[in-house]
Order: sequence, then C-alpha cells, then structure tokens
Amino acid sequence: MALRGDWMYENNGGTCVAIAGIDYCVVAADTRLSVGYNILTRDHSKICSLADKCVLASSGFQGDIRALHKNLAARHLLYQHQHNKQMSCPAMGQLLSNTLYYKRFFPYYAFNVLGGLDNEGKGCVYTYDAVGSYERVGYSAQGSGSTLIMPVLDNQLKSPSPLLLPARDAVTPLSETEAVDLVKDVFASATERDIYTGDKLEIVVINASGIKREYLELRKD
Amino acid sequence: MEFQRMVDGSVSMKDSAKSEISSERTLYPYVTGTSVIGLKYKDGVILASDTAGSYGSTLRYKCVERIKQVGDHTLIGASGEISDFQEIMRYLDELILYDKMWDDGNSLGPKEVHNYLNRIMYNRRNKFNPLWNSLVLGGVKKGQKYLGTVNMIGTHYEDDHLATGFGNHLARPILRSEWREDLTFEEAVKLIEKCLLVLLYRDRSSINKFQIAKITDEGTTIYPPYALKTFWGFSHFQNPSKGAAGTW
Repeated sequence: MALRGDWMYENNGGTCVAIAGIDYCVVAADTRLSVGYNILTRDHSKICSLADKCVLASSGFQGDIRALHKNLAARHLLYQHQHNKQMSCPAMGQLLSNTLYYKRFFPYYAFNVLGGLDNEGKGCVYTYDAVGSYERVGYSAQGSGSTLIMPVLDNQLKSPSPLLLPARDAVTPLSETEAVDLVKDVFASATERDIYTGDKLEIVVINASGIKREYLELRKD
Repeated sequence: MEFQRMVDGSVSMKDSAKSEISSERTLYPYVTGTSVIGLKYKDGVILASDTAGSYGSTLRYKCVERIKQVGDHTLIGASGEISDFQEIMRYLDELILYDKMWDDGNSLGPKEVHNYLNRIMYNRRNKFNPLWNSLVLGGVKKGQKYLGTVNMIGTHYEDDHLATGFGNHLARPILRSEWREDLTFEEAVKLIEKCLLVLLYRDRSSINKFQIAKITDEGTTIYPPYALKTFWGFSHFQNPSKGAAGTW
C-alpha cells in the first residue's frame, strides 16, 4: 500500500444546502461522516458559524474542510480586531474565494455554500467550487446529494434567470417556516437515494435576531 | 541534466557532475500495529489493542505497547507505522513538558491534545510526508469524557465509541448495537473483549495478547497484557478432510 496517486484526499460525503429569503437565510447540512462504504460517525457537523450574519457549510474531505473553517475563523477574528466590526457576508464570500484559489494547485477538497444576510439585511447565498469560483445565488446545494436536490429546488423556488433585464431578485418570497420545511423535504428525499446522506440534519437559520439551530432525524441506513 | 523516475513515481533530477536531488519521505509503512478500540463508559474512557508489531506478513514484535499516556488527562492508542507513533509520542511528550513548565495549575486536556495532533497529522499530509498512523485519543477532564480519532491524512472526529483499521469493520457494528451511556467498568471490559475476540478470529495481523487501558478523573491505568480464551472446537475444524475424496 504505497503512496500513489491521490492518497492525500478522501471524500467523506454529505450534502449542504442554503436558501436565501427576503430577510432570512437557511443553511442546512447532514451530519454523516463516511468513507467508502463505511460510516465513521453519525453526528459530525459540517456547518461553521463564521460571523453574526454569515454561516458556511462545506462537504468533501473533512481534513481540508476543518482546516478551511479554522483558517476563515482566524481571518475573521483578525478582521474584527482591525476593523472593530463583524465581517459582512459578501466580504466573507470574497475571502473564501481567495482562500480557495490560493491553493489552486493543491486544492481544498471542499464544496462550499456560504449563507447569511447582506449589508441590507436581505438573505444571500454564495455557492463555490473547490478552487474558488463563486456566484451569488438565491439557493444552492453542494455535495454528494446535490444532483438530487438542485432540480427540486429549481422547481420549487423558481429562481429567475440571471440573464433577465431588469435584474430580478433571486431570493425566494417564501416565509422562513416554508423554506425550512422545503429544506427538510429535500433532505428526506436525498437521504432515500444517496448513501452518503442521512443520520441527522442540522438546520441553521440566520435572521435579524441572530442565528438559530434546529435538528431533524434522518434515515440511518 | 537528465530526469530519473523513482520507485514511487516522483521525478528527480540527475546531474552527472553532482549527486541526485531526491526527496526523503514516507512511501509505505514497515512495522505496523493493527486495530485500536476505544469507548466511553460511566466513569471515563477505555482503550484496548493487541501488542503486535507486524513486519508485512511476519509477526516481528509481540510486545509492542500501542497505548500510551499523554499528560494527566489523556490516553492515546495508535495503529499503523510504529516508528511514526514513537515520533508522535516525542511531539506529545514535548507538548506536555512545555505545558508543565508553565507550572500555572493548568494542564492540557484531551480536546487540546487532540487538536494539536490533528494539526500535526494534517500538516504532514500537506507536505506529502505523512505520519502513517490512525490514532484514538481518549481522556477525561473535570468530569467531561472525550474520545476522538485522527488518521494519516488528517480526518478527525469524535464519538462515544471508536476504532481504527479492521476495528471499524468488525468492532464498530458490535459497539453500535450494544454500547450504552451508563456501562460500568466490568460491563465495558466485557464489551471490549467481545470486540477484541472477533478481531482475533478474523484479523490475521492480530495476536492473542491484549492490553486494556482506562482513564477516569482519578487517573490512568494501563493494565498488563493478557490473553483471551478462544474456542476452536467447531465440528468443521475437527476433521476437515472427512468427507473429501482422496487425502486432500
């Protein structure tokens, strides 16, 4: 068992979703950590609260994810010391993109969704690939169950095309509870068909009053 | 200047006038330990492993202590390359020493030691020169029990019961089914012995010489090695060639 090829990466699975609303943002991820056909643990959070109004969910290689989250949290602390305020979600969005591209030639194997409130208090979601290319969207899914979830979100949230003029708002008109219910539904569905998604769902809701956490049991098979 | 391909696929330069520039790094493990199992019980945490050090398929060393104490509050059990475990112990002993030298009444708990270890493992992986181990860390500090694991590429997590290597396949299912929050020490040992027995039967690199270690708020105890009773009296083993034609 010599070192060959891509021994330094492994995919620990899992799915992350974020939905932006008018004055809230929902970020959710399952809590299963797997490798191959094994489940390592059923209770591992993929979500990191970076700032008051900014939450990051990542799926992929857990070693890289934890290092990335630590890196961003440290940078946020520095920012707070230097600017005497919290980082805004768009600012963190740019920082994450730069951090990922910094390791363009030995990437963080992390697929991220950043959710929070922008400077006007509106929900915002940024979606990334592993090397930092990012876009602000109304909703996104990343990870092993993303291909199962994204089409359902496209159908239910009917996000307008970014090519339309005048530019239309990508955030959903759904209420907070309706968005959370949708998230629960899509995860229940993804759990049925994706072996890497399941065990428990962690839902984080960011709104003007702060960050709220909720859990939902998922199928454990 | 010409290029040479090494055994591992890396390319190094060879200048006829100078010696070749090649990197020294871990390519494969040599002397390895097999599974480690850990579980939380009522008063603390228990770790168990066998005492074998295999050199490929040879059972080279039979007295390897793969569970060691780190400071007052932590136990660490290692599987994988034994020499890398010894290196890890040097890092951790140095960490604990510097912590003791502060002499400020504080001591590093299992969470802190685990975090430090995670960073070491991940950073070595980033330099393409890993410490070829999967480690289980257990401890208790101020009544808070902790059990975590980290492997050679830096994947780490915590749980109520953990295992490395074959233990993940053979012991975790048993633990998932029979582990409870309020196990007494005797019950926990019985559960661990059940797992160790399965590993003994089914993991070819394990031997019948085990060590159990426990850690509670009162302190650490690493018990002397002992053997488990095995049963080989199955009818199929008794006369394997009974129904066969010829002598084979």
